[in-house]
Amino acid sequence: MTQPLLRAEQLTKIVTSGDAPLTILDDVGFAINPGETVAVVGASGSGKTTLLGLLAGLDGATRGDVWLDGKALSGLDEDARAALRQRLLGFVFQSFQLLPHLTALENVMLPLELAGANAATATAKDWLARVGLAKRTTHYPRQLSGGEQQRVAIARAFAGEPKILMADEPTGNLDNATGLEVIDLMFRLNREHGTTLLLVTHDVSLAGRCARRLSLAAGRLVGDDRMDSEDSPG
Amino acid sequence: MNTLKLAWRMLSRDWRAGELTILIAAMVLAVASIGTVGFFADRVKGALGKQANLLLGGDILISGDRPLPELFAAEAQARGLVSTPALRFNSMVRREDADASAAGAVLTDVKAVADRYPLRGTILLVDPANESGTPTRGIPSRGEAWPDARLAARLGIKTGDALAVGDATLKVSAIVQQEPEVASGLLAIGPRLLINLDDVPATNLLQPGNRATYRLLVADLSTRDVLDPYIKWLQRELKAGQRMENVRDLRPEVRQTLERAEQFLGLSALVAVILAAVAVALAASRYLRRHLDTAAMLRCFGAPRRQALTLFVLQFAVLGVLASVAGIALALLGQALLVAFLTSVAPGDLPAPGLLPAATAFGTGVMLLFGFALPPLIALANVPPLRVLRRDLPRPKPGGIVAYLLGAAVIALLIAWQAQDAKAGAIMIGGIGGLLVAAALAAWAMIALLKRLPQRGATWRFGLANLRRRPLASSLQIGALALGFMALLLLTVVRGDLMENWRASIPPDAPNHFVLNVLPDQADAVLAAMKAGGSATPLYPMVRGRLVEINGTRLDTAQYEDTRARRLAEREFNLSFASELPKSNRVVNGKWFDGATGTAAGVSMERGIAESLRLKLGDTVTYDIAGTPVTAKITSLRKVEWDSFRPNFFALFAPGVLESMPQTYLGAVRLPEGSKSAAWLSALVQQYPNVLAIDVGEIMRQVQMIIGQVAKAVEFVFLFTLLGGLLVLQAAIAATQDERRFDAAILRTLGASRAQLSAAQNAEFLVLGAIAGTLGAAGATAIGYVLSDRVFQIPFSANPVVWLYGAAGGAIIVTLAGWLGTRGTMRQPPLAVIRQLA
Repeated sequence: MTQPLLRAEQLTKIVTSGDAPLTILDDVGFAINPGETVAVVGASGSGKTTLLGLLAGLDGATRGDVWLDGKALSGLDEDARAALRQRLLGFVFQSFQLLPHLTALENVMLPLELAGANAATATAKDWLARVGLAKRTTHYPRQLSGGEQQRVAIARAFAGEPKILMADEPTGNLDNATGLEVIDLMFRLNREHGTTLLLVTHDVSLAGRCARRLSLAAGRLVGDDRMDSEDSPG
Repeated sequence: MNTLKLAWRMLSRDWRAGELTILIAAMVLAVASIGTVGFFADRVKGALGKQANLLLGGDILISGDRPLPELFAAEAQARGLVSTPALRFNSMVRREDADASAAGAVLTDVKAVADRYPLRGTILLVDPANESGTPTRGIPSRGEAWPDARLAARLGIKTGDALAVGDATLKVSAIVQQEPEVASGLLAIGPRLLINLDDVPATNLLQPGNRATYRLLVADLSTRDVLDPYIKWLQRELKAGQRMENVRDLRPEVRQTLERAEQFLGLSALVAVILAAVAVALAASRYLRRHLDTAAMLRCFGAPRRQALTLFVLQFAVLGVLASVAGIALALLGQALLVAFLTSVAPGDLPAPGLLPAATAFGTGVMLLFGFALPPLIALANVPPLRVLRRDLPRPKPGGIVAYLLGAAVIALLIAWQAQDAKAGAIMIGGIGGLLVAAALAAWAMIALLKRLPQRGATWRFGLANLRRRPLASSLQIGALALGFMALLLLTVVRGDLMENWRASIPPDAPNHFVLNVLPDQADAVLAAMKAGGSATPLYPMVRGRLVEINGTRLDTAQYEDTRARRLAEREFNLSFASELPKSNRVVNGKWFDGATGTAAGVSMERGIAESLRLKLGDTVTYDIAGTPVTAKITSLRKVEWDSFRPNFFALFAPGVLESMPQTYLGAVRLPEGSKSAAWLSALVQQYPNVLAIDVGEIMRQVQMIIGQVAKAVEFVFLFTLLGGLLVLQAAIAATQDERRFDAAILRTLGASRAQLSAAQNAEFLVLGAIAGTLGAAGATAIGYVLSDRVFQIPFSANPVVWLYGAAGGAIIVTLAGWLGTRGTMRQPPLAVIRQLA
């Protein structure tokens, strides 16, 4: 069996809110192999976003640990985790998270530039063309529709050729039709590049396009289902 | 990847997106205002001083009791300076046809001069066709002499007559109406005779025992600023009995005027810098808020903390360098304009702008940026990357108390650097700090008060609730706005008043002639004559005495390294006595006599001379007055308004000490300009031959001219302050703009109409502006009062219009600016705004 690309063990997050400690994630464990498409589902407040933050090394766990490409995150400092993110991860967010003072092209270029890529401009242009925005490279986010903004975000996420794409409610701010377009785009690119996909959503139909579904309820992992999916590889 | 290159790209993207406008404008403004004043001071202050040097006949005057070494003139020439020797001595001068023993001989102050005299200013010759005299270039030829009008009147001579000076006979070829050298000590001036230096040997007057003063006038006619190094060199070379003086040393009026000029200019620049600092701070904190996401994304994309910090710091460093360079360029332009305004200073006379002001301005820019922008930058680099998922994470605080301390330290440093006067600097710091605290408190109190007002209509309620909702932010915003208004009011209304009062401190009836050497039995008659001639001061008794002991220790003048202090200590003091504190005098330390008499009541010293001679309140001084020692304790220190042009004294005794000592009287009178005054003078001198009358009108004109030019310069520099004030207003309004736009969008989704939103916002801005404007008026009045009373020591008159301008102007300007800033919000679809700013 291949080494899992992402593994979580006994992952627990407790925050103190007021006087009472509040357990947001409780002893969650699973492993994701390269190429898998995984949806994390659950109601609001079930701990989905917290889990994503821990898996990406954006936040530290109270107990338990995460292994990204075989490296335990707890053993790394924030800068080492950042370097790992740079090498492995791409992100798509619910609220797009495009920087308002950068053009579409510059938004896509930024992670490439940070990684020290040689042909950041050419690569970024290429990716904007692939998401159908070749003619909108010089537009600022405020000049783009919600769907277009999310497509820029997708181009930004794929441009760094990540091994894992993490998406947090990518259609949450979009209407149904636009959401569908964006999701189609995301799954198409994912197939073309063999990226591992980790999708956080409460949208059942969206989750249904993934080969595997992790269900969270009140911070606990209550289901790990594999199913046939039109988008699952091979 | 080259981090610098990326920083550069990020910076240029921010620039294109308009994120940096206020920050850059504030930086450029700060650097430009410091730079302009620096360049201006460097170039024009020297020129103003040079104009005053017209009074001396040169830039500096070297004098000695023995012939001066050739080296002084040679060194001056080697350094590109010009010099001309002169010789001054007293001699009896008579008409050639009169008997030497006859009453026709007059003790005369003879000045023998050489080619190029005077180096500064011109000699005016009496010309029947021209009342104000005809200027001449040149000096008496060999065998000729130019008596002044007083000597001519006393001897009854006219052009063409012959004079006997020692063994020489000289022909009168012209009569001097006025010569440039009016600056020297009052008592040295008797009737004067100007002759050619080459005629001196023929007079046979320079025998051992005949006291003469050997002089060398030196002036810098180049534009290369070579005088200061020469002065430094000279100070090392001067031996005992040799002195160097400039007009500042000689004329307290000129000295005081130039000092005030520097204070005014320095303060104007300082206010501009403080305002720019506030604008930089506001803009940097807005930058922080708007770049939280950038920082979080950078970290999320894998930038280590250090790289993120380096990126932001590099961006700011590049920004700082570019803005400073732009500021310096602007300053060069500004000072060129300024010089052009001061038309009476020919630009050719000015040295080229130097490097030092540029370096100072550059340093200011860098200090501002890092004092106010570094803490937010460090906070930015510390943004948790989790923010990309959770927008509700608390914002990082920009360095907390350390950041404020750093900012305060930078301001204090700038003030210390700019305000050569510690007191003026302290007043500014105290005023601004106090204003901010008072503004925040008052705003908080007013906001609390607003709660109690009955509020009609939803729009008012919502608008005012907005103010109350963020009491701290509102208070700070009001404080910053108040600071901006304070600057605007200071410069429009209060500055005008200050300058007007300064101009008025030389009253139109200021005396233009000093009358001295009046004997006690002549006092009543001379005073009557003075009153007949024009408006006259009283006659003050004057006793001459030498300071011989301080606190019982024999005075050793060698202890004063400063040549001016040494000279002051060496020369005889003019002492007087008074029971009432004279006009234009003010006790700044200790107590006036108030009826006390005798040596027990002590002596009152002028503060400046006390500082020079290192005398303190409570010290005991002993004067040798015609062989009698008089000892008294210093019981008060006085500040004297020298530019009042009234007779003033360094040391004043209480009544009952000096009355029995040999004394003469001294007074001043304002004579009308022109021939009437000449007739009055010659009548006075003929009736009382011992009495001396000195024309100080020229000095007064110089002082007034300096004031006029500095007033123009200050007005120009205040333009920067105006811009600074506007910038602070803009930055303070921009600081909460995003929040307002977000609120407005939410309200619109709730169904508020555009009209309702506008009304709510206008209500808020109107109240905000009125409160800030009122506080600004209070601050401007307070600072204006303290400045005029404590620093410039010119009378202050409160201007009630300030309050009206403040409150009404504040309300209008803020409402207008707020409306402009948030107008876009009303047009954008609410969802777009919420998405952008959520």
